[in-house]
Amino acid sequence: MANFGFKISTPRSIDLDNADRTLYEQMLEMVPSYRYCIGCGGCTATCSAGQFTDFNIRKTHFLFSRRQYDKLTTDMLPEVDLNKCMLCGKCSLVCPRGVNTRGLIVEMRKLLLN
Amino acid sequence: MKKIAILGAGPAGIEAAAVLAANNCPVTLFEKEAQPLCNITDKAFLFPNFADAAEVAAAMRAKLDNPIITLRCNTEVAQLTPSYITGFQAENLTGTPVWKVNDELYDIVLLATGYTPFDARRKEELGYGIYPGVHTSLEMEKMIREGKIVNSLGESPKRIVFLQCVGSRDEKSGNHYCSKLCCVTAVKQAIEAKKQLPNCEVFVYYMDLRMWGQGFEEMYRTAQQEYGVNFIRGRISEAGGTFDGRVQIKAEDTLLGRPLKMTSDLLVLMVGMEASKGTRELATQCRICGEYGFAQTKDPHLHDCQSEAHGLFVAGACKRPMTLTDSINDGRSAAYEILTVGSINSTYEQ
Repeated sequence: MANFGFKISTPRSIDLDNADRTLYEQMLEMVPSYRYCIGCGGCTATCSAGQFTDFNIRKTHFLFSRRQYDKLTTDMLPEVDLNKCMLCGKCSLVCPRGVNTRGLIVEMRKLLLN
Repeated sequence: MKKIAILGAGPAGIEAAAVLAANNCPVTLFEKEAQPLCNITDKAFLFPNFADAAEVAAAMRAKLDNPIITLRCNTEVAQLTPSYITGFQAENLTGTPVWKVNDELYDIVLLATGYTPFDARRKEELGYGIYPGVHTSLEMEKMIREGKIVNSLGESPKRIVFLQCVGSRDEKSGNHYCSKLCCVTAVKQAIEAKKQLPNCEVFVYYMDLRMWGQGFEEMYRTAQQEYGVNFIRGRISEAGGTFDGRVQIKAEDTLLGRPLKMTSDLLVLMVGMEASKGTRELATQCRICGEYGFAQTKDPHLHDCQSEAHGLFVAGACKRPMTLTDSINDGRSAAYEILTVGSINSTYEQ
């Protein structure tokens, strides 16, 4: 087939139909409070790492929960670089929903970075 | 006639008393404070129409002007026990349960003991009671009422920040529920602040803005459109004092996905509603204490003013957070239930 120089762009939209649920299910098993988040951003506001880097724990959480794993691994966007978290646990202290946010990061690292 | 006691002379208790009296039922209204309607008279204006709280309270108090309503202020009810717990059935001439209110006997009791504001000191990270610039929404209401909104130095503030959901929707406070009226109260107070101080910057931090009632959404729009109130979606996680007596806050602007900090002259904590001490204690004595210390009703749909205990009815914010309008309506519903279900024919004569 002749090459006309066109290519197909990958759509930007989050595709929940074809997303892989396996890691998400595993996360729910390890950190059940994972699903209680209401996105208030208290964790991100108080995050020690977030004061000095562009790390955003709320965004890592939502990317994972929308099954956008490649954003957290191959793309490794600076905002959601899991290595930036120092595991200080302040986020867990302020969370109004009692999400084990620190555990969440530990599990995300295990599931995605190992 | 059956003897009816209403515990709590708030909006629900007063409305119930007025309706019962209009139906020729004598009632005794117990109030622990020196005056009825304390939770209304400490307000300036009421949402959604900015009605003068004092006028509304006066109109409600006028309903008590009926010779068959006995109002007993400064009378705290410490004991409320049904006959089947205390076993003084023998004293009861007909055999139906009677209620012992302090030392008197009543056939029917309406619990209308209301709420108490959340103690903001329990959210230590927000600095109430530590930094002079941090206030509760009740203190803000007082400043609005007196027309003296001032910072910790007694000067006119350049910035005011409101924070929603203090003691509500918060696992750390033990209150999972939404207090329902703080959202619109912050909008009301923000508008009042802008009316009194047009050059003051006003911010409202929220997790969700729940403008559920009639006229609420319009007030929210008015706050943005006419008063330039700023709304930021994010929960303030910490507040600290500055050397000059102001408050520095940290939040995430969740719509931008970036941490945010700002300094303000005043930080107003929108405290939620909890079951009052009287509600907790009396509901426990009668074994109808439900979640979070609020009184449990028989059924949330069909019998919301009745309790599982015979002859014991419940109305107003002792059941759950309620607005003034809801409490008045609820008191009216309770009176109706007492008139019908409570069967007011005489069964017990003292």
